[in-house]
Amino acid sequence: MSESSASATRITPGNALRPEDIALLDVKPGDAVAEYALCLGDDALILAQRLGWWISRAPELEEDVALANIALDQIGHARSFLTYAGRAWGRTEDDLAYFRREPEFRSVHLVEQPNGDFARTIARQFVVALYQWELYSRLVESDDPTIAAIAAKAVKEVDYHRDHSVQWVLRLALGTDESRRRMVDGLRLTWPYVDELFADFPLIDALGGAGVRPSTLRAPFDAAVQKVLVEAELEVPAVPGAVGGGRLGRHSEHLGYILAELQVLAREHPGASW
Amino acid sequence: MMTAPAIETDGRADDAGERLFNELIAQDSRIEPRDWMPADYRKALTRQISQHAHSEIIGMQPEANWITRAPSLKRKAVLMAKVQDEAGHGLYLYSAAETLGTPRDRMTEDLIAGKARYSSIFNYPVLTWADIGAIGWLVDGAAICNQVPLCRASYGPYGRAMVRICKEESFHQRQGFEILLELANGTPEQRAMAQDAVGRWYAPSLMMFGPPDEDSPNSQKSMEWNIKRFSNDELRSRFVGMLVEQVRALGLELPDKDVRFNEVTGRWEHGPLDWNEFKEVLAGRGPCNAQRMERRREAHEEGAWVREAATAYAEKQALRNGRAA
Repeated sequence: MSESSASATRITPGNALRPEDIALLDVKPGDAVAEYALCLGDDALILAQRLGWWISRAPELEEDVALANIALDQIGHARSFLTYAGRAWGRTEDDLAYFRREPEFRSVHLVEQPNGDFARTIARQFVVALYQWELYSRLVESDDPTIAAIAAKAVKEVDYHRDHSVQWVLRLALGTDESRRRMVDGLRLTWPYVDELFADFPLIDALGGAGVRPSTLRAPFDAAVQKVLVEAELEVPAVPGAVGGGRLGRHSEHLGYILAELQVLAREHPGASW
Repeated sequence: MMTAPAIETDGRADDAGERLFNELIAQDSRIEPRDWMPADYRKALTRQISQHAHSEIIGMQPEANWITRAPSLKRKAVLMAKVQDEAGHGLYLYSAAETLGTPRDRMTEDLIAGKARYSSIFNYPVLTWADIGAIGWLVDGAAICNQVPLCRASYGPYGRAMVRICKEESFHQRQGFEILLELANGTPEQRAMAQDAVGRWYAPSLMMFGPPDEDSPNSQKSMEWNIKRFSNDELRSRFVGMLVEQVRALGLELPDKDVRFNEVTGRWEHGPLDWNEFKEVLAGRGPCNAQRMERRREAHEEGAWVREAATAYAEKQALRNGRAA
């Protein structure tokens, strides 16, 4: 076993892996792995930023708690991935989150989409959770021990996110006429952004066994979606996919606003610590 | 769905029940939901616990205002977790109040209709990041002083809920202190931000203990029933003493030149508080009353279709399972 893998595996996967631990590791990812960690970290960060809006606005107190929980898990994953990515370039998680410009972000368009009503948020959450579960459950086997350790922690948490969103898809689809109409709308508005999740991008070729080729996740994702939609008496929306490009820094119109809010205070006080 | 406990003995002559209640109070023991209790005791507790629950829920808003702008990812996570804790506190407290016979829906309706009160502190605006620190340090600090004695409140479910809440509140206070400490030792702008926030939150946090003892009509009964253990002024004085020590560690100043320890009474004293402002805010004329109520109403009303869907789905599932059985 190489020295680098030994140091990362000292952290029990799924147990106590914190970004602070990653910052102390004596391993540095290569550029390709760091870029890949940036992609995964940015997805989690932007999603957490979107979900955080719901806290104090949810339809039930129990949902304030649940959505906050999911947002917290995502911010935890974001911190780990960004911390690890930053080690390649001597930058901290906060340097990366607060002091990059829009084209330097690597998030997919899906996580940038507006919350809309609760059904639209659930539709986005349903797609993200199923996708992240397929992704992280394979990344546990990553050649890169730190990526594998982050994924091992994340997959357990995302399993709950999956359960949460599936339960709500069923409740909303089979609840009342209004909730069904809203759920159908939510899925229709979300579906154009699904294809981008499974589009391979040039970086993948440079990753070797450290990452997962997105296109290989499509079939298991579709099968998992299909199972839920059948039970919910719904169909996959027949809408054309949107052209993505988030992994290359070409984002939706929404990201600028998200970053303006996320970064405003940190950028007013460059160099300050909080 | 939770069912209301049997309360039919209330108001009826129940000599044995009353004797037991008085004995339990005299022994400083716990009253439990199934025990007989005087109607006034039930009413006072329902009012206090539901107000406390409402305060937790309304209190989520001022801090949630900074979740999307928190200046570091760690602070963002900590703040999210804090606001989430507050939702959890609201839930425990509504549950405790439900054991007295009032369903959560009705308490929520009362809040939204403007019939129920919540702590007036949450009607002040949270203007800068330093306010998040000041709220943790001062507002949660005052809440702890108020709430630690409530862990021994005579009503069992309330006391037990408070034990858990106090543990989490003490984390929140430490986090708030840490935010201020970091700012106080930061850039001149950060330091000014911290001092400004302490200046704005100091007096409102002192007023959280309620009016001076001579103007606090409900306190006496509440103390006789072992719900409240210390008077408003006594708790306020303790809180001031705590602040004097901690503000030194922060290297900031309290905006009150009259703070001093009175050797004769053994109490900390502070400068005059603007009780007229307190009454105005309580009466709904604070800077953010309308905004806070509107947000709560909006969340509740816009969430109605979701709650209806969940209920309809549960009924359909129950029907289907019944048929299958």
